[in-house]
Amino acid sequence: MHLILFFVFAGFCLAGAINLLLQSHPINSALSLIVVMTSLAVLYLLLGAEFLAAAQVIVYAGAIMVLFTFVVMLLNAGREERTLGSRTARSVGFPAVVAILAVIATVILKAQGLGVATLGEGLTNAKGSTNIEVLSGVLFHELLLPFEVTSILILIAILGAVALASRGDGPHGSRERMGGE
Amino acid sequence: MSAPLHLWLIPLLPFAGFLLNGILGRRLPKWIVTAVALLAPAAAFGLVLNAALGLFGIGPAPGSFSSLPYVETCPLPWIDIGALHVDFSFVLDQLSLVMLLVVTGVGFLIHVYSVGYMSHEEGYARYFSYLNLFLFFMTVLVLAGNALVMFVGWEGVGLASYLLIGFWFRKTSAADAGKKAFIVNRIGDFGFLIGMFLLLANFGTLTFTEIATKLGQDPGWQGGVVTVIALCLLLGATGKSAQLPLYVWLPDAMEGPTPVSALIHAATMVTAGVYMIARTHVLFDHSPFALSVVAIVGAATALFAATIGLVQNDIKRVLAYSTISQLGYMFLGCGVAAYSAAIFHLVTHAFFKALLFLAAGSVIHAIGGEQDLRRMGGLWKRMPFTFAVTTVGVLAIAGFPPFAGFFSKDAILYAAYLHGANGKALWFVGVVTALLTSFYMFRLWYLAFLGKPRGEDAPHHATPWSMLGPLVILALLSICGGWIGIEPSGGLSNWTNWINMERFSGFLAPAVGANAAEGGSAGLELILSGAAVGVALLGWLVAHLFYRQKSRLPAQAAAALPGGYKLLANKYYVDEFYGAAVVKPLLAISTYLLGWVVDKALLGGAAWLLGGVATFAGALLQRWQSGNIRSYAAWLAAGAAAVLLFLVVPWPDVLASLSAIHLGAAGH
Amino acid sequence: MSSFLTQEVPISWYLLLSAVLFSLGVIGFLIKRNLITVFMSIELMLNAVNLSFVTFAHQWHAVKGQIFVFFVMMVVAAEAAVGLAIIIAVFRARATLAVDRIDLMKL
Repeated sequence: MHLILFFVFAGFCLAGAINLLLQSHPINSALSLIVVMTSLAVLYLLLGAEFLAAAQVIVYAGAIMVLFTFVVMLLNAGREERTLGSRTARSVGFPAVVAILAVIATVILKAQGLGVATLGEGLTNAKGSTNIEVLSGVLFHELLLPFEVTSILILIAILGAVALASRGDGPHGSRERMGGE
Repeated sequence: MSAPLHLWLIPLLPFAGFLLNGILGRRLPKWIVTAVALLAPAAAFGLVLNAALGLFGIGPAPGSFSSLPYVETCPLPWIDIGALHVDFSFVLDQLSLVMLLVVTGVGFLIHVYSVGYMSHEEGYARYFSYLNLFLFFMTVLVLAGNALVMFVGWEGVGLASYLLIGFWFRKTSAADAGKKAFIVNRIGDFGFLIGMFLLLANFGTLTFTEIATKLGQDPGWQGGVVTVIALCLLLGATGKSAQLPLYVWLPDAMEGPTPVSALIHAATMVTAGVYMIARTHVLFDHSPFALSVVAIVGAATALFAATIGLVQNDIKRVLAYSTISQLGYMFLGCGVAAYSAAIFHLVTHAFFKALLFLAAGSVIHAIGGEQDLRRMGGLWKRMPFTFAVTTVGVLAIAGFPPFAGFFSKDAILYAAYLHGANGKALWFVGVVTALLTSFYMFRLWYLAFLGKPRGEDAPHHATPWSMLGPLVILALLSICGGWIGIEPSGGLSNWTNWINMERFSGFLAPAVGANAAEGGSAGLELILSGAAVGVALLGWLVAHLFYRQKSRLPAQAAAALPGGYKLLANKYYVDEFYGAAVVKPLLAISTYLLGWVVDKALLGGAAWLLGGVATFAGALLQRWQSGNIRSYAAWLAAGAAAVLLFLVVPWPDVLASLSAIHLGAAGH
Repeated sequence: MSSFLTQEVPISWYLLLSAVLFSLGVIGFLIKRNLITVFMSIELMLNAVNLSFVTFAHQWHAVKGQIFVFFVMMVVAAEAAVGLAIIIAVFRARATLAVDRIDLMKL
């Protein structure tokens, strides 16, 4: 079971990633990315991270990708144009990517002590404690401060986004202008 | 020595005077400047006198001459590198004592004279500060215990000479003369430096006493490298003492104020060369070749300068060439190993030449700046006092007994006659020079003071007492100065002792070696002295014929040998020759070779090249920052890949296996 | 067949998947010409890293791994908001989303 599930959803991941690269319209790339996100959520479930799987779907696929889609539609981004391109990106970038992949793959394959992923085995083997209990136990005890700081970070990000994206002449300006286009 | 002599004060007091007058002099009232300027040499002279009296057994702390040489070394080390060890050391022995008495005594007198002579000049304080500076360096030179300290003083007096010759620096000829003096001196200093280097290389020390000891120990030091060292030192001496071929600066140096000419270019600085040869006499004694070169240079210069002095019309130029000629005599004395005779002539020459210069200055001052002999005349009525002292000076330099010049000149000529193979020829040259000297000095005397006044009625400037006082003292010294060599013991039967200077040479013997005049006799000495006096009388007679009566003999003589007259009047065209042979090529090299090739092409080109490289590299690198995000991203990825590779790959093993493969492949 | 089906998945496969996804993200960053698509490739890279974190958390029973992923998600959310706001501002200034046309920073 585990193997089949892995193959299927890993296949979805790869397919979605490659499709992201091959599509020319950004909206198609966004939809492929959503596929990747949800497949990853399933993979998290296979690895025993239930909370994270849920968070992945809600936050990533549900919020961030929606945001991306909104922006694509807002800016009316069309198909990609054939621009000059960059020779450096091809000549320097591709070998670099190949090198990175080769190095990491070598490290992974040569590593000792990696076992197998057991389905259903969570973070603890104790009966009665769920994944989310363990998670929240650490989160709200040891790491309370980073948690709160992160919430402030998000608040700042919201403010920043509003400030950056608004037009100069007032909070209603953007609505009028954007509506006219 | 029972009491310390504090030799270091002798140079230091004039140096303090230089600093005070140099820095604050312009703001201080004139009497303070004068007081400071006079106090320094007076104090220095007082110290020297105190030391001298003490050594003679007089005074509160009597010592004796057996305690000499008295060495004072500064406790702070100067140069201490590896094997080279040089200290600031001052040495007082008979030679430096005599020299110091002359330097500080005559120096003080000329300082007093300058108060009157320069009283209306605007650079009053500057003049005295330079004069004190000169005194400082000269005393350092005389007191030096090793060649390096002497070189410091050597260079310093050259500097002071430059400053004082070019005192009226707004006058182009004066500034040029200062530069000429310094540059020509420099050529001589180069010889001195090479001599010092060779001394160091061969003896490992620069201290005079140590060199003398080393030379005395090993009889192998004869000729060869000692000759080379001696000749290099001689080159330095010719520069400083204005001998052939480096004498050309001294006539031009007359552009400076007359007291400067008296002090520096007659009595003290130009005698530094003679002093240096006497100091290092051990080297010359071990090299007969160098000694003969010294003698020949001296004799040739004496004759050469005397011939030029015959036809000069500027009163100071006549005296300048006379100085060069007399310095030639001193070199001749050194060259026949009669060092004490040379020093004796140095002392007497200081007296009468300073006297003559100061008297000439008094004349120039009184008639409003006129220096041409042809426009003077009949001054004996207006300036009787100056006339009297000038007469004393002229008699002294001509060599009439009992004036000072007779004894010293006679001693040199006697020693020359007895010296080896060339002795008689050298003696003959000396006698001819004495004839010429007597002639041109009396010519000067007649033209300036006697006869009818030829110049226009110049304003009569009375001579102040500050100028007359030193003249009196110097006149007295010119009369009596030669008598210090006389040994009056033995009464009239030992009358030869009245005319030779055995006592003086005996006094100096511990410092300069015994007088090497062998094989003479009392009769010979009398004959030679008589010849010298006779020749002086002859010169006077000829001068009387030419210039006393209003005769046309001078004009006729000039017309009879027009080429010769022109040659002499233009100083044998030596300056022009130097200009064409030395100065012009140097200027050409500087302008074309150094100016164009090195400066513009090489250095300018190198700078241009560097700039070009920087610009080019910048232009290349500019293309890297394209603003294109994708290329930036590519380089980012490449950098990340590089870091990963560097961290993950075990490089030592990789390199080892690579080299193993390479070596293995090469081995097959 | 049943043995094949009941076989467990080695951890290294998850890690390889993560590596491949990461490289695909880098490639996308290099070749895509639309600014938004480039940003999406960055998201892909981040997700790949998240996967490897979760894998290791499973391997060593470390809860901190999962907590790290949690925080990454939060930060990515903030970053996506701000980044897209910047893209909107750039679009307003340059009227184009082509990466190659936005080169005001060149020398």
